[in-house]
Amino acid sequence: MPSPQTITEKILAAHSGRDTVRPGEIVNATIDLIVCHEVTTPPAIRMMAQMGVTKVFDPTKIVVTPDHFVPNKDIQTAELTKELRNWVKEQGIARYHELGEHGICHALVPEKGYILPGMTAICGDSHTTTLGAFGAFATGIGSTDVAAALTTGELWFRVPETIRFNVKGRLPHGVYSKDLILHIISKIGVDGARYCAMEYHGSAIAAMSMEARMTITNMAVEAGGKSSIMEADKVTTNYLKARTEEPYTIYRSDADAHYVATHEIDASALEPVVATPSLPSNGRFIGEIGHVVIDQAYIGSCTNARIEDLRIAAKVMKGRRVARGVRALVVPSTSAVWRQALKEGLFEIFADAGCVISTATCGACLGGHMGVLGKQEVCISSTNRNFVGRMGHPEALVYLASPATVAASAIAGHIVDPREYLERPLRRDKEAGVPVGAIAGGGPGSEQEDYLWGV
Amino acid sequence: MGSVDTVIRGRAHVYPRAHVNTDEIIPARYLNTHDHVELAKHAMEDIDPDFVKRVQPGDIVVGGEDFGCGSSREHAVWALRKAGISCVIASNFARIFFRNSLNNGFLSIECAGFADKAKSGDDLEVDLAKGVIRNHTQGTEHVFVPLTPFVQEMIAAGGLLPMVAKKRGTVYNPATVAVKPDVRVSQIAPAK
Repeated sequence: MPSPQTITEKILAAHSGRDTVRPGEIVNATIDLIVCHEVTTPPAIRMMAQMGVTKVFDPTKIVVTPDHFVPNKDIQTAELTKELRNWVKEQGIARYHELGEHGICHALVPEKGYILPGMTAICGDSHTTTLGAFGAFATGIGSTDVAAALTTGELWFRVPETIRFNVKGRLPHGVYSKDLILHIISKIGVDGARYCAMEYHGSAIAAMSMEARMTITNMAVEAGGKSSIMEADKVTTNYLKARTEEPYTIYRSDADAHYVATHEIDASALEPVVATPSLPSNGRFIGEIGHVVIDQAYIGSCTNARIEDLRIAAKVMKGRRVARGVRALVVPSTSAVWRQALKEGLFEIFADAGCVISTATCGACLGGHMGVLGKQEVCISSTNRNFVGRMGHPEALVYLASPATVAASAIAGHIVDPREYLERPLRRDKEAGVPVGAIAGGGPGSEQEDYLWGV
Repeated sequence: MGSVDTVIRGRAHVYPRAHVNTDEIIPARYLNTHDHVELAKHAMEDIDPDFVKRVQPGDIVVGGEDFGCGSSREHAVWALRKAGISCVIASNFARIFFRNSLNNGFLSIECAGFADKAKSGDDLEVDLAKGVIRNHTQGTEHVFVPLTPFVQEMIAAGGLLPMVAKKRGTVYNPATVAVKPDVRVSQIAPAK
């Protein structure tokens, strides 16, 4: 009998020709999927040449999409994407997603059915942990690692210790997986899972869609985690059935597997969470936030810009107007999400509300382009990091929250509890037939009311 | 690149705060290039705008807990190294920064609480063979977390790429220019 192992240990053992592995051991694991984008892959292309390597180990195991600065924001980024594109042609990589069918890589890869349970997946991007929602070992690495893996199909890993999270109960109405992960990060700290795998179990997770699960696994790195993992279940297999016919292996943790820590969380007790500047671990329940006036509301990123997120934001914004003085940006995570949102009429809701709608891009999440913040500007964002300078000027302030909270705050002009907006019906003016977004900040006689009526 | 010396000596630049992140080490607004010289001009810009003016070749960055957390950008390691930094000493490191630094043959030394004792400008010496940091200004000696055999092997090889090249029987040459010119017909000069 091999000794009991976690799902992460089983995957790493299976990929390094071993029966078992132990935390702390260094293994050389084979890689099933390498995801490439225009920021960290061009340096790797150069490094391969420095090693005298002319061909990647296997073009069928590589997925490429430009995502960070698309559409090209300047001449330098145009050169980076060109370098990537030329390399794709030269290497004969079929799974290349050009603009129009592109997406933020961590959202695009699951959507296309490229990530499967039991896989090892890497990308030169810290949010690669997203893919762990499918029961795969997925982690972010640097460009040197990308070069080594593209060359050999293998990479060294220190087998991580695993921290277990049992999330029981069910998320209340108006509370989302984003609130749960911000709560967890705040509980354990931005280095609370340093070098560790974060493994999730429990009824609250089981009740979630894949989209909602990916928001949780996405933010492992914000707790210092190496990876994040959930056992594949019926929700996973149904999601995959619609996207791929490739076979896969589902691994489960043994009942007596070793965990360095186990956290019990009751999802039913949660409320909307907002992480205040400038750490993702500064999460507080919405009731403790106070009156924070905002300049910008940003719905985007690999964390929270999938179709489900846009539907929630649209539900909040339907028939309402973004507050005067607030810029609201909607940035779908992939081209397919963009198309789906268009089809469902979500763009009309956003446009009527006064939002700007962009193509898929990492954009302003990392202060790249398409909504960068100025000095002392305040932004509420559905993204993953609120570090100093993350979304622009080092003195800009970023608050992290769920798409519902971001959308509701855009309407109010300050940070608010989204539940009121999800539950209370809109007043309508029968004669004009114009819906009035009159809840917090938009009551009769308010500035917003004046705006709505063109006063 | 190449294997590091067993003794590294330089002046300290101390940032005792926890969670000094990669957005501070090299802000994303400069990620439109991977040219190390360009990146080095903006090293530590969002935590210490004058860093690049003061830094001297061989200097040592000293950090607190969770140094280098955040993005996977290896640009953070390249920017520090090209700016002249010889190694980073911190209480502990975020994993991707740690990994990136070792993969580059660039040392990240773990020494708990060192940043609280050292002062910017202190004359430091990292003795790899003895496993100690000497603060010549303060006359103190501090034991650091020993490097694992795997890390020692990688550092000795000069990083992951020379190690991979050696295993494959090729030669790692950092001077190789990878980017092939994207030649279009319109750009080809007419024959004389």
